[in-house]
Amino acid sequence: MSSAVEQQWTTRLRKKLVVAMPASQLLPDTQPSYVASWIYVFGVTTMASLGMVILTGCVLALEGPVWWHQSSVGHYVNSLHLWSVEVFFFAMVVHLWGKYFMAAWRGKRALTWITGAVTFLVSVGAAFTGYLSQSNFDSQWISTQAKDGINSTGVGGFFNVLNLGQMLMWHIVLLPLGAVVLTGLHVLLVRYRGVVPPFEEKGAA
Amino acid sequence: MGLIGALINLDHYGHYLTWHWLNISVANLVVIVLMIAVFISALLLPFPGRAKRRSGK
Amino acid sequence: MKKAFRPDVDAPEYRGTYSPYDILKEGTIAFVVVAILVFALATIFGSPDEPEVTIKAWANGAPIDFAQTALSELNGSSISASYGAPYNHNAPGQQLGPLTLAKWVGVRIPINSAQDFVVGPLEALPNAPQLDQALQQWKSASSSQQSSWLTAATNAEPHFTFQSGTLNLHTTSAGPVPVMISNLEAMARSGALDQSLVNGGNFYTTDYTKPLLFISDSAYLSDLGAKQHLLGTQWGMMNETGSYPGQSWLWLYTFFYQVPPMSTSSNADVEVFALMGLLSLVFVFVPFIPGLRSLPRLTRVYRLIWREHYRDVEKA
Repeated sequence: MSSAVEQQWTTRLRKKLVVAMPASQLLPDTQPSYVASWIYVFGVTTMASLGMVILTGCVLALEGPVWWHQSSVGHYVNSLHLWSVEVFFFAMVVHLWGKYFMAAWRGKRALTWITGAVTFLVSVGAAFTGYLSQSNFDSQWISTQAKDGINSTGVGGFFNVLNLGQMLMWHIVLLPLGAVVLTGLHVLLVRYRGVVPPFEEKGAA
Repeated sequence: MGLIGALINLDHYGHYLTWHWLNISVANLVVIVLMIAVFISALLLPFPGRAKRRSGK
Repeated sequence: MKKAFRPDVDAPEYRGTYSPYDILKEGTIAFVVVAILVFALATIFGSPDEPEVTIKAWANGAPIDFAQTALSELNGSSISASYGAPYNHNAPGQQLGPLTLAKWVGVRIPINSAQDFVVGPLEALPNAPQLDQALQQWKSASSSQQSSWLTAATNAEPHFTFQSGTLNLHTTSAGPVPVMISNLEAMARSGALDQSLVNGGNFYTTDYTKPLLFISDSAYLSDLGAKQHLLGTQWGMMNETGSYPGQSWLWLYTFFYQVPPMSTSSNADVEVFALMGLLSLVFVFVPFIPGLRSLPRLTRVYRLIWREHYRDVEKA
């Protein structure tokens, strides 16, 4: 390869990525034998739930934000969206508990923990803006209550929970983007560092 | 508003449990108890595929 | 010199066996299981849709409360009128020690409650000679004259009546105020005030700041909230309308509103927010916090998770 090609951003980045994350690590076909507990399924369950949240959200987006008040089918899709959010948080919290008790940040995996924790916080924000976007009594109540907490920090001047349009766009554009990007980084970090090994017990080899 | 499904109607005022300063809806309590139960079950239940793992390289 | 091994920070190198693992199959199974679970839950339980409260419903359902709220917007005693930043300069806002965060950010969503909720909508009404005269009288009066009228109207509040579709403030010393409030009530009961507050004379909008602030100044909305167990004192933040589960992940946030000193503090919101912000940082940076990062090793819950591994290691 000519030195001009070698110096290109694309070439340099591709080489770094291939070294850091070879295909066999990105899509592995084996895993350490200590991965042998039901607690390990909650990470992928969280991701699957996130997929359902986004899919059902996309169906709601097809017909617009008030469709679900006017149509039985729309209301059912809303129910799917709500329960996929409940399952998402359920799985994420159980996953979080499991990872805490495994001390899964060990062995240079602190960033994996951090991306996971930030994803949780972004998800709380995404759920909150979702509740604000319902265009019913619940939205009216939650927005008029939440404004006091958010206003007290000064953030309310920029993030107006009474502004449906703003809250809806945070809910369907900015926060899902954040959640998906953070989840992607989180999963890539798990692939990069591998699943955290067990604590070494005294007397063990 | 007609609903598809909703075999169990939850559109009535909820039941709330109070214990000293704690105040929680039955629905939320069920969710939290289930979460704890699922977590404990995940820790305790045997995971299949032991023979496959023992033959690993 | 080799660094000492820190069991809560470092991980041992794994030299054991690896087993077959189909990551795509695992993902597919997880998606199918979640999909079945979500469809089942949606079919069995559905989802809540408590209808929105309109100003029309409020004025028709609680006409005296509406009139009292409208008066409080005029006399500056309503929650919105006396809120402070980001709506106006009429209060210093909450304080966190020496920090007055909201005040520093300033007024970014200007609300003049008398103009925005009462005078402005009334000015938009056409063909109302008596109202036009009342508005002219109000606008041309001095602020001390306006205060005098408002005091008379406020003193008459316990005697307000609403009969056969007519509001009566039972005062003759309140100048144009009774005509203004009565007309605003009629406008609200017809549904015209909902539209006027939402789009303020424009066509499109997606911003409901004004009607929401107006309606939340009333006892009507909070009474509905109380019935649904949504008040702050009822741990409302984590609750949902009806018997549905709510945002149970907000349990710690609403918990702090129930405990001293926040439970009796006039700065409760900023105090709870600051506390939750701090705890969120602790949560994010657990790997770096001694003690907190040692609990997994000390509690030995991991022995359950990796019991098969430890059995194999002990046998070997």
